[in-house]
Amino acid sequence: MELLGDLATGFAAAFTAANLLYCFVGVLLGTLIGVLPGLGPNATIAMLLPFTFTLEPLSALIMLAGIYYGAQYGGSTTAILIKVPGEASSVVTALDGYQMARQGRAGVALATAAIGSFAAGSFATLLVAVLGPLLADVALAFGPADYCSLILLGLVASVVLAQGSLLKAFGMIVLGLLLGLVGSDVDTGVERFTFGIPKLAEGIPVAVAAMGLFGLGEIVHNLRDEHAREPIARRISGLLPSRADLARIVGPVTRGTLIGSALGVLPGGGSILASFAAYSLEKKLATDEDAFGKGAIEGVAAPEAANNAGAQTSFIPMLTLGLPSNSVMALMLGAMIIHGIVPGPSVMVEQPTLFYGLVASMWIGNLMLVVLNLPLVGLWVRLLSIPYHHLFPVIVALCCIGAYSLRNNVFDIYLMAAFGFLGTLLVALRCEPAPLLLGFILGPMLEEYLRRALILSRGDPTVFVTRPISAVLLALAAIGLIAVVLPSVRKLREPA
Amino acid sequence: MLAAWLGALVSLVLLVAPASAEARYPARVVTIVVPFPAGGPTDTVGRLLAQAMGGALKTQFIIENIGGSGGVLGAARVAKSAPDGTTLLLHNIGLATSVALYRKLPYDPRRDLEPIGLVNDVPMSFVARRDFPASTLGELIDYVKVRKDEVTYANAGIGGASHLCGLYFMSAIATRVTPVPYKGTGPAMNDLLGGQVDFMCDQTTNTTNHIKAGKIKVFAVTSKARLPSLPEVPTMAEAGLPGIELGVWHALLAPKGTPQPILEALAAALQQALADPLVLDRFAALGASAATRDQATPDALRRHLDAEIAKWSPIIKAADAYAD
Repeated sequence: MELLGDLATGFAAAFTAANLLYCFVGVLLGTLIGVLPGLGPNATIAMLLPFTFTLEPLSALIMLAGIYYGAQYGGSTTAILIKVPGEASSVVTALDGYQMARQGRAGVALATAAIGSFAAGSFATLLVAVLGPLLADVALAFGPADYCSLILLGLVASVVLAQGSLLKAFGMIVLGLLLGLVGSDVDTGVERFTFGIPKLAEGIPVAVAAMGLFGLGEIVHNLRDEHAREPIARRISGLLPSRADLARIVGPVTRGTLIGSALGVLPGGGSILASFAAYSLEKKLATDEDAFGKGAIEGVAAPEAANNAGAQTSFIPMLTLGLPSNSVMALMLGAMIIHGIVPGPSVMVEQPTLFYGLVASMWIGNLMLVVLNLPLVGLWVRLLSIPYHHLFPVIVALCCIGAYSLRNNVFDIYLMAAFGFLGTLLVALRCEPAPLLLGFILGPMLEEYLRRALILSRGDPTVFVTRPISAVLLALAAIGLIAVVLPSVRKLREPA
Repeated sequence: MLAAWLGALVSLVLLVAPASAEARYPARVVTIVVPFPAGGPTDTVGRLLAQAMGGALKTQFIIENIGGSGGVLGAARVAKSAPDGTTLLLHNIGLATSVALYRKLPYDPRRDLEPIGLVNDVPMSFVARRDFPASTLGELIDYVKVRKDEVTYANAGIGGASHLCGLYFMSAIATRVTPVPYKGTGPAMNDLLGGQVDFMCDQTTNTTNHIKAGKIKVFAVTSKARLPSLPEVPTMAEAGLPGIELGVWHALLAPKGTPQPILEALAAALQQALADPLVLDRFAALGASAATRDQATPDALRRHLDAEIAKWSPIIKAADAYAD
């Protein structure tokens, strides 16, 4: 029962007036920057770092953490309302969330996202407190070959995201993988596919590609329609989920939470995989697979639960081992160092108040987010009643500001426009941008781990089947691939 | 634009009042450009320094992070800035190595920048996975020489301190082993802890805690004398490989042509900052030793920079390593 005592200490530390205030400021800022496309938690935390100098270390970490998971809540808002996913983690939410908004169910979608996130966040927070160190050791057992197989499994799963032709979905993934190769080579620093443009040397930012493909592509698509003079949703039915809706999301939220918690622990992209792994699973489990992509509430609940659970458990490697699992965690480590706390395995033992205080604040912050977001639902939904010819210039302007603010770089706005053109072209060709975007996000990671695995095995490819974790993941990928390909092959044969 | 707006909002929320500026230098806010992303080790040094120097000169020092291309972009920006003492550069060992690492460097560190002073020095440590067969530096060298085709060493990216330290080590023992590049120290340490990769050379900031917890093996530290934070670990010379003394140093510079009185005022402020107990305390926690009063001067930094460029260029050229 030592844990209860530790948690009590944590809540006592987090429940001071000052820490509650910093927690609130953090989640509020997080929600705001999540809503503004492009401006991510990374840039915000970097900007705020100096302000946290003067705070107590715990207060500083509570606020910075609040920004991070608050952004996960906020990011889904624009994904649902205007199909502009501000973060990689909310790309999947845009698929069904935006369709729900078009059907007048934006309020339900937003509330589902908030409720799903809260349930997932509460569970994952508890997991961090109870099993944190244990899970960190599991994550360490993952070698480069295992990550490589995990990402491959993720790519196979992303085929499920597409609704139309399987061949086109594969084509989109490969195109995405290729776009992901743009930039400097990890091992040698040689520039690839940059055409001598220095701004491309560090690759294409994910948010720029996402805003262009989804946000701008959707605007052009809408303007081609005659409905352009009307609001996105003409009638709005119900702001909050009905009892039947709630019953439908229990399963997806539970499964999403488990997937997100497990993948979030893995450093280097685990939490990105989580949201669409959860979506793919729901689609496969669903009785009516065709409803997905057309406004299925499960398609919002599961990925939102997964990405928030992943956001919480990605703190585990940082807090227990001092290893950052993504760039936001790296900034948090920097914040700890600035406050004179040297990150590493001893932090948990030497500073239990810091560890449990932060964990407790994460639960409090999640509660604040629900209280903050549910009343906002009505306000957001009212935005959709604005006639589209007034709304779309605002969206374009927001996307431009977002793209610029990423690296203070005008070139990124042009890049986003190019992706907008590509998005429009893809819609016209009936190719879906979602698998492309996932290939684009996972491509550089796949390459990095593949090359590292092969360097470590001295070029021996059997490492992927001789390592147990990798072998299991590859087998799952193979089964998944067969399950996806077989039905469509059969369909092809039937008419013949 | 958005960033500035948000920053302003937050400063209101946190009730951080801007410091009032004086009439003479520094009449305006002084910007220290850190050519790496926020939250990294160089950024941490910069922020500690900004606060202490701001106190010494009674003005506000702010940090601007201009990351990219291993620090080249930020350094180039400062080299082209107005030499009025309002834009400074906090750089590290990369300033000296970039001369050999980049074939197309947009500035010359000795021609386009004016040294103000050295800031600190962080020693490196040679560490290996917990179950690595060798336990002393001598055993490591023997093992590496016999099995150079099997041994792997991690580095945190081309041109980074861990890469250079590895190059230096291999040139000293005249053996080459397989480098495994990572994007940063964190992922590299992750694989070392997980036993995926054999050994690496990294700043003590990142290794001390894991060494103390017994999660990794340590062979030696690259400082001249043993470290107070790791008193039981021998120096490279003690462990049998004299001549390898290296550390990640940080230095403060200004654009070429900055007036002498301003440089002197800045050097004095730097020396004052390096006597600040808070700064010394934080440096000690990082395993870094603060520059002495003699080192924190323009002349000392000029000599140091010349020596470092002379030391690293042949090693990097011999390894045929380029970052562009």
